[in-house]
Parts: sequence; C-alpha cells; structure tokens
Amino acid sequence: MKDGWLEQAWNRIRAFFHKEPLDADLEAEMASHLEMAVEENVRRGMTPEEARRMAMVRFGGMQQAREKQRAARGLPFVDVLGQDMRYTLRTLGRDAGFTTVAVLILALGIGANVAVFSVVNTILLRPLPFPQSQQLVWIAPPPQKCGLSCATYSIDAYEEFRAQSRSYQDITGYNAFTGPDNLRLTVGNGEPQPLTGMEVLGNFFQVLGVHPMLGRLFDPEDTLKGAHWVVLLEYAYWKRQFAGDKGIVGKEIELSGEPATVVGVLPESFDFGAVFSPGSRVDMITPLIPDYERDDGNVIPLIGRLKPGVTVGQAQADAEMVVPKLCWNIKYPQSCGSYVNKQGASIEVRTLKDYVSGRLRRSLIVLWSAVGMILLIACVNLSNLLLARAAARGKEFAMRSALGASRGRMVRQLMTESLILSGAGAVLGLGLAWALVAWLAHQGSLALPLLSTLHFDGQAVGWTVVMAIAAAVLFGLMPGLRMASGNLIETLKDSGHGASAGRKHETVRATLVIAEVGLACVLLVGAGLLLRSFLKVLDIDLGFQPDQAASMRVVYDDSAANDDARAARRGVIFQEMIARVSVLPGVKAAGIVDFLPLGPNRAWGTPTPQGKTFPPGALAAPLVYVCTPGYMRAMGMRLRGRDFRWDDGPKSQEVVIINAAAARTYWPGEDAVGKVLMSGNTQLHVIGVVDDVHTSSVEAEKGWQIYYSAMQRGPDDAHLVIRSSVPPATLAGSVLRTLRAMNPNQPAMEFQPLRTIVDRAVSPRRFFMLLVGIFAGLGLLLASLGIYGVIAYGVTRQTQEIGIRMALGASRGRVQRSVLGKTLSMVLIGVGVGTVASLAVARLIASLLFGTEATDPMTYAGVIVLLLAVALVAGYLPARRASRINPLTALRTN
Amino acid sequence: MSEEKLDLLQGTLDLMVLQTLAAMGEQHGYGIARRIEQVSGDEVLLNQGTIYASLVRLQQRGWIDAEWGISDNNRKAKFYSITKRGRKQLKEDVAYWRRLAMVMGRVLEQ
Repeated sequence: MKDGWLEQAWNRIRAFFHKEPLDADLEAEMASHLEMAVEENVRRGMTPEEARRMAMVRFGGMQQAREKQRAARGLPFVDVLGQDMRYTLRTLGRDAGFTTVAVLILALGIGANVAVFSVVNTILLRPLPFPQSQQLVWIAPPPQKCGLSCATYSIDAYEEFRAQSRSYQDITGYNAFTGPDNLRLTVGNGEPQPLTGMEVLGNFFQVLGVHPMLGRLFDPEDTLKGAHWVVLLEYAYWKRQFAGDKGIVGKEIELSGEPATVVGVLPESFDFGAVFSPGSRVDMITPLIPDYERDDGNVIPLIGRLKPGVTVGQAQADAEMVVPKLCWNIKYPQSCGSYVNKQGASIEVRTLKDYVSGRLRRSLIVLWSAVGMILLIACVNLSNLLLARAAARGKEFAMRSALGASRGRMVRQLMTESLILSGAGAVLGLGLAWALVAWLAHQGSLALPLLSTLHFDGQAVGWTVVMAIAAAVLFGLMPGLRMASGNLIETLKDSGHGASAGRKHETVRATLVIAEVGLACVLLVGAGLLLRSFLKVLDIDLGFQPDQAASMRVVYDDSAANDDARAARRGVIFQEMIARVSVLPGVKAAGIVDFLPLGPNRAWGTPTPQGKTFPPGALAAPLVYVCTPGYMRAMGMRLRGRDFRWDDGPKSQEVVIINAAAARTYWPGEDAVGKVLMSGNTQLHVIGVVDDVHTSSVEAEKGWQIYYSAMQRGPDDAHLVIRSSVPPATLAGSVLRTLRAMNPNQPAMEFQPLRTIVDRAVSPRRFFMLLVGIFAGLGLLLASLGIYGVIAYGVTRQTQEIGIRMALGASRGRVQRSVLGKTLSMVLIGVGVGTVASLAVARLIASLLFGTEATDPMTYAGVIVLLLAVALVAGYLPARRASRINPLTALRTN
Repeated sequence: MSEEKLDLLQGTLDLMVLQTLAAMGEQHGYGIARRIEQVSGDEVLLNQGTIYASLVRLQQRGWIDAEWGISDNNRKAKFYSITKRGRKQLKEDVAYWRRLAMVMGRVLEQ
C-alpha cells in the first residue's frame, strides 16, 4: 500500500463530518483563484469582461471542480447513499398505499420465515442442551410390536451391559413406565396435590452433565434398598410450588404419605419432558432403586455417554457383541440371551439428538420449504408491483438518464428502495416472529420435543437480516434492471411508451404471475395432501370412543397380607368405587384399567393356544392390560363374548379377553371365545374378543392385546374411566367428591377427557398440517393479488385499444370475456407448471402422508378448480372495468 | 487545433502537482495550475479547477501541507508546500515513471 493511505482514510472520515467549513474554504480558494486569473489576463491586455470569461473557460466547470474536490476529500459513497435514502423515503412516502402493502407482505413473509427457522433450529439444528451432547447416545432394541416393554431393558440387563461395554464413559437410564401424576405432595393440612415424579438411575445427571442449581445430586447411598427418600426438584416446579424458596434444600416434605427430603433444585436449562417425553411435564426427579425394580422386567431405556473419539458405529458394533450376554433376570438363567433378535438387529445405538428429533426431520424440512416458498411468492408479487411502479416512473428515469445519471446509479437507487422496503418489513417481521416464537414455546400440549426451549436469539436476528437482504435482491433486481435499460427517447416522448415496450413489459409481468401461480399450486397441493392425511388419521377407527368419556387416576389402599387377600380387597374397593360413581347423574358406564391406550404400555408373557404349536418367534408378547368389569363399556370398545364379572376372582378359573388380531393369529378362522391359552402352566380361558385398539400411536399398526381381570392379576396403576351423557368436565367435581368420600387421601387428579389423549397423540401432525395450510392460504392470497394486478394493469394499458374495439362494435360481454379469457389462459399455464412441480414435490413428502397417495387425484383436481375459480374472481373486476370503458373517453385521452 | 490535448488521469495530475511544488517551493493553487500549463507547453488539457481535487488528495495523504497566506499581489490565497514524506513519494513515483516510459518506449519501438 502506498504511504499515507491510513492517514487519508482518517482524513476522509473527518472531512465527511466537516462539510460546511471545508466547502466554505474551497469557495474562498476558488474565488481567489479566479481573481488571480482575471488579474493576469488583464495584465496581458484583455478587457475585464474577456479576462473574466477566459478565466472561467480556463478554470473549467465550477460545479464540476467542486464536486471533484468533494469526492476526493470525503466519503462519496456515504453521501450518495444518504441522497438515495432521502430520495427513496420521499418517493415511498408519497405512495403510502403501496408502501404499506409492500411492507406488510414482507413482514409476513420474513416473520414467518424467522419463526420457522427458530423452530427448526431448536428442534433439528441446535445441539441438545447438555455439555458435549454429541457424545450422548440412545441405546435400545429396534422398534417392535410389543410396545414399550420391548423398547427397554431390565435392571440386570442394564448392569451387565454397563459392565461389558467398552465404548462408554458411563451409561444411565430412567423408568420409562412412569405415568403422570404418580405422586402426591401434602403440605401441612392441605389437600394432597398431584405431581409427576420421574425415577432415574443414580448417575443420570452425571452422565448428562447437568449440575444442580441448588444443593446436590443423588449419591450412591440414595439408591440403596431402604434408603431415605430424596428428591430433586425441577426448576419450574420449584418456582411454582415452593415459590422459589432458596432454603428448600434439606427440607422434609410429605410425598404420597411418606417423608422425603429435597436435596437439590435443577437448573432452569434442564427440562426432562422437553427432551425425553414431549408434551408432558415432569415436576420432580426421584432415584430409581435398582433392587426394587429388579424383578419388574424391562423398565429402563439406556442413555450412554461415549468415550471421546468413539464413534456411533463403533459403539453399535460393541453393543452387538454385548447383547447376547444380557439376561432379562439373572435368577432365570434361561432368560439370558433373550435380547437377541433372530430376525434382524438386536440393538440400536443412535445419537440422542437423533432419537429426540430425528423423527421430525422430514416434517420440519417440509415446513421450512413451505415458508420459504411463501417468501418467494411474496417477492415475486412485490417484483411485479415494483415493475408497475417503475413503469409509471419511466419518464423520470429517462430524464435522469438524459441528465447524466449512470445506469449503475439508477439501479443503485432502485435497490436502495428495495432494501428500505425489506428493511422495514424485516423490522416488523422480527416483531411478528418474536410473538410467534413466544406463543409456540408455551404450547405445552404440543408433543414436539425441545419446544419449551424455543427462544428468540441472535441467530434468529441474523437470519432476519439474511432474509431481508435476499428478499431485497430477489424482488428489487428485476425491476431495477428493466427500468435502467429503457429506451430514452421513446420514453421521453409525450405519447408515452410505445405499444411494443408496454407489451414486453406485460409479458415479463405475466411470466412472474405464472411463476407465482405455480408456486401457490405446489403449496396448495402439499397442504391438500397433508389435510387429507390428517382427516384419514382422524377417521381411523381407534377401537374405542374417545368422546363423552374421561379418565382420572385413582388412589386406593393396596396393603394386605398376601396376594390373594390383596386381590380380594382390591375387588371390593373397585366394585364399590364403580358402583358409587355409576349412580352419579349423567354417568352411563364406569370401569378401571391400569394402562390407557395411546399411553405407556407393557407386555409380559407369551401365551400360546392350548394344544397348538407355533414356530419359535412367530408369537410375540401381547400388550397386557388389567381391568375391571365395565371398563370396556366405558371405553366404548366393541366386545364379543362376555365382559369380566365381579365373581371372576382369585378362586375361579382365570379368564382373559383378547383382541381380534391376537384371536386371528391364535385360532385363524375359528371363534376364539371359549378357547384356552396356556401361559406356562396356567390355563387362561378366553371369554371374549374385543376389536383392536390403537395402543401406542394412532397411525401405527395395532398389535396384540390381552386383558386380565383386576381381581386375578395385579394392576400396575388405576385409571377410572367414565362414559357420560353430559360433557365429562361437568362431572369432575362430583366424581372427585365421591372418590374422596371413600378415600380421603384421593388427591385432586386431573379429570382428563379421552379426546385430549387422542388429540395429544395427533398434535404434531395437526400442527404441521395447520401451518402448511396457513402458508398455502397466504400463497393463494398473494397469487390472486398478483393476478389481479397484472390483469388490471393490462386493461389500463390497453384502454385505447379496447375503446377502439368497442367503437367498432365489440359488445360489453365480448370485452369482458376477452379479459377473463386472458386471465384464465395465464392461470392455466401457471397451474400446468405448478401441477408438474407438485407431482415432483409430493413424491418427496410421501413419507409424511397417511392413507393418501402422492398423486391423489382428488387433491390435484380440487387445487386446479380452486385456482381457476380464484382466477375468475381476480379477473372479474378488471373485466368489468374494461367493459365499462366509454369508447369516446378512451379515444380522447392519451 | 488539429491535435487533441492529452487528457490527464487522476494519478498523473497528482504527480505533476507534487513535482511542481518540489521545484517551485510554496505556491497557491492558481500558481501551480499556471505553472503546469506553461511547463507542459500547453499540451495538457487542464481544467484548472480540477487541481483542487488533486491538492486535497495530496494533503490528506500528508504529502503536502497547506496554509492560508498573502500572495504577491496582496490577495488572500491558500499556499501549499511539499513535505519530507512528499519528497520521498515523489522520488519513488518519478523513478517508476521513468522506468515505465523506458519500457514502453522499447516495446513500442519494435
């Protein structure tokens, strides 16, 4: 670099801020220069006038000299920018209607984009909120039909896996069978408050890398049999229930009738539900005591932290070597090696991030594309609007060009206009996105992982800037280039732009609208396919009637001397409960079950039909439900045969009800009612067959289910299900009172309509469908505005021509039809292009569809009809205007 | 005038101004412009006003200094003088130009 450039840069900046004194200085210098020149000329013999003239000639242009000096000394780029901005603000201010519309459209497009970006960033892109989260992996058997019990490991298996594996720093897990509201907190003499407590292994937080905000984590002593009960509070619960009491550590509380000590509070950044069970809330964490759960079968999924440098592939290979050594329960040596799946993979190791959000990747990408398309449509629309505006300012540009403005300068001024518009839109859009993000983060019932960690951060702001610039370039470049290349003389002539220039203009605008229509078509087809899928999902026969029914978790005294006594006592309590609740006005049926559909489930045993043999592996473990008489009626399940009776007790023969799928497999072509299943040496008499119920997810295949009587097997839990003829919510109070009358310890559990459970299960699908639907609607609106704009412009431009035609005898109807015809032809091309594009795009989202083909003809037909109808509506007003043209007036004006 | 005067590029005018100041000592804008016209034998198309852009550039780089003073004819004028750094820069630029002219001459003579 030549010497002094830094000094020059600094001086330039200083000169920028001292314009007036420097200008005055230059004026003085130039005046002095001219005086001296005049003097010299006079000395040479010229007259004063000629001396002055010669001096001016020799000097050259005064204004030019000033401008050159200013450009040399200041920051000309900034000056020009300032000029452009002031000018742009003036012109935009004059056209307030256009400016408002443009800014609003941009705000909507940019705001939606930033909000979706935040969602995608939180769920897909950002690493999990744990230190070194890329080391965390989820270890589980591959998904099978037997639900949660086949997706977890037993305590013995976990301990063996931990001992034998070489790839991990440590492995931990939690009790996947924890249901909501499983604990009760009693404060003083108040009512017991239900809360959800999650059981985790002692090293859970150490593996995740979470440090407590207050107090300490669990010690190994806390996980021993007989240890004093300790709990950790989640941040939100600590704030809500204990009012953020800093002295909570060490306090004793009464939990489900037992004393427990709070040993710590977890940091705000930790939310168990957000990562591991989206859509549900966890209030407290309690230690899982291995010795208590050792005989409970498969209970925990495994989470491991890989050693540094170990890849997931290596861990997978390691896991496959360890799996044959795992025993379901070391007391039964024949259960060793039972985790090996003969047909396929026995174990899967994937990153925790992938487990948490991998399932949603496709949907989120679709969402992101959809919202990007909206912005694209908006930009095309704006481009069109700006083109029209620039055309109206054609004379202005021609004049400026004639006065010496370079093409680059004019393009720059138009780009400034675009940037200011998109800047204003971005600022508004930021506000919109912020509001959207804040609202979304509080949708607790939306079962999307990590949703509660959604927040508005610097990355979102950065993305807004990127979007604003991209939008400005997209919609500003085209009009800018077109305008700056106009034919100078033609434009300056009084007769306005020639017919050919206008027609070329209109072709460009029409092409843009065709693009818009095509994009809107793609969005509409996508939304339509997703809508049909959603409706199909809703239509699914769940196997039970979710409406007019609700469930509440009940608490009862389960203590007794032995299993038989307990079963008898249970029968008495349940029978009494159901009898009392059934007489409440409005209650049609009531029953109790330990696991509700679409929630956690479990499986044990592999019953085999008596007298038949099946090849090994052909029979899987059915999901087990323990229920009382009346449960199936309360659920609205369709039963053939008979329901359980209250005298199906410990002394009578063991009876079961199986579902249709199981019946078909056990006794194909025969009636299962009356047959016997063997479970080990126990005979299970099938007394009824019930229609299949969706157990794990609304969309998944239905597995096998077996129902036992609550008097013959122990239920793991107790949900009271009530079917009523009145809205269930109105019964909540009376049901609670009835239960409390029987058991004063019954806490105020949530009386949950079954419909809510179903809704929560389909909430992600509904959410995406709604969003894509909204975007499609927006796209349609923008496209129709675009169509209207172009057609209206065309009519205006051709006023004279139409006037001539009408003067020559064309009827009003003819003129209208021609305008509408033009509209339709333009939209038809757009629809054609859009349909082809939709077919390609629909294939990409095929995996998100349910019961709907990517080429579903009804959807495509519907979209085409819709767009044509919209075209007719958009073209109607201009067509009417065209037909109203008075030929005389049209011919007179220019 | 059949021959056209040479159009001056920005950099070359700067160099001429620097050289003029080195040779003449302290001088005001008009004087520099006149001197360049005379020395170049009137072959240079110089809009005298453009010299002020040159002067401000050279000033901002620290190669010349400026000060308001009184001319011989008792006029207020801004006087410019070359600095030590300016002299150094001039030496480099002159050497460069000489080399350039020689090479161009050789190439264009072939």
